[in-house]
Amino acid sequence: MRQKVLVLYLANSALDAPTVAWAVYDGTGETRPMAGDNDEAPYRTGVDALKDGWRLIQASQILPHSRGDEFDLAYLKYEFFFEKLVEMQP
Amino acid sequence: MTALPLLNALDMARFVARGFLRFDGVVPADINTQFLAEAGEAPEPGAKLRQTYGRLLAGSGIPEVPPGVPLSAAYAQGSAIERLLDLPLVKGAIQSLVGPDPVFDHHFLHVTFPPAYYEAGGGENVSQHTHQDSTIDPQAGFDLQIMYYPHAVTRPMGGTRFVPGTHLRKVSEVALGRYQNIAGQQHMVCEAGTLLFLHNGIWHGGGVNHADRTRTMFKIRMNPSAPQVRRWDMATLPDASAQRPIFFVKSPRPETVESLLMTPEPWFEQDTGRLEYVNRIKLWRHLSGDPAFDADYWMSRLENPARA
Repeated sequence: MRQKVLVLYLANSALDAPTVAWAVYDGTGETRPMAGDNDEAPYRTGVDALKDGWRLIQASQILPHSRGDEFDLAYLKYEFFFEKLVEMQP
Repeated sequence: MTALPLLNALDMARFVARGFLRFDGVVPADINTQFLAEAGEAPEPGAKLRQTYGRLLAGSGIPEVPPGVPLSAAYAQGSAIERLLDLPLVKGAIQSLVGPDPVFDHHFLHVTFPPAYYEAGGGENVSQHTHQDSTIDPQAGFDLQIMYYPHAVTRPMGGTRFVPGTHLRKVSEVALGRYQNIAGQQHMVCEAGTLLFLHNGIWHGGGVNHADRTRTMFKIRMNPSAPQVRRWDMATLPDASAQRPIFFVKSPRPETVESLLMTPEPWFEQDTGRLEYVNRIKLWRHLSGDPAFDADYWMSRLENPARA
């Protein structure tokens, strides 16, 4: 059994919001995803990934903004981790 | 003496909004040829990549330069980079963005090797993780990075990948490496002699080279030596005008400083995209020396003294 991981960054905290960034990590070794390898998102929304069999395993929290830091931006906020488990031949 | 061709207000607004300006094919062919000769040829495939790169740098005619010296003293008279920096377009853009007498920070010869080098010397031929250069940088101003492409770059050669509009995010170098792809990312496919002027905060990375030749890009980072305020062609800055109508708008509006600053990127989150606008307005205030500037009422609403 191997794990494939899909990470989607959405436009807001809703799972049916549009995808704005994405990543794929393939534990089977069959593919080698890497930075800049695809200019088109694999799924339009997080729900579209669910419909294709990806299992949601983690979603970023919605956190309050610290006073004084309200306008500081850093990393993408709405991160969703999905997985697929793949049977491997022994 | 001919006046330098400074950037106009719209070009500055594009830079403030998107973090880059691109000038295609502006470096003459003879400078490109001279630069490639001075940079030197990469050794043939066979050794490990680190050794190959080390030999390339050791044999290069590009000088070692310590940080902190005047940019004007960094390169020998008549060298390719000295000639490039003396092009009126380049001088004008540098003056507009970082002001007079910039300080040399560092430079580097970025060479991306094709598959043959990995097959012969080992290692994995992959793209560079997306990152922001240097380290967390909370200051209002910025450094300028010039990326110079001395030969044509095709898509199979990879090209520099960058994400317009990411420059105002305060991140820690490659902490964002998890993001493989971001909507709106661009790949530098260009003709020889192309220059990319970047805000130091822009997210970028080197693309994987699948072609049959090396890809060369030369980067120079420079710091301002004086505040970056009103260094561009101020005659092109429109008089402060009344706020344009917002949200309820009946027809397309002309391209203005405000419209450029209020143009979203495809990767913008719906809420933080508005904070990007706020941060663009703050940078425009800094560069224009106008602490009262606003676009689409974002700051006026927040700064209403009656609500303080």
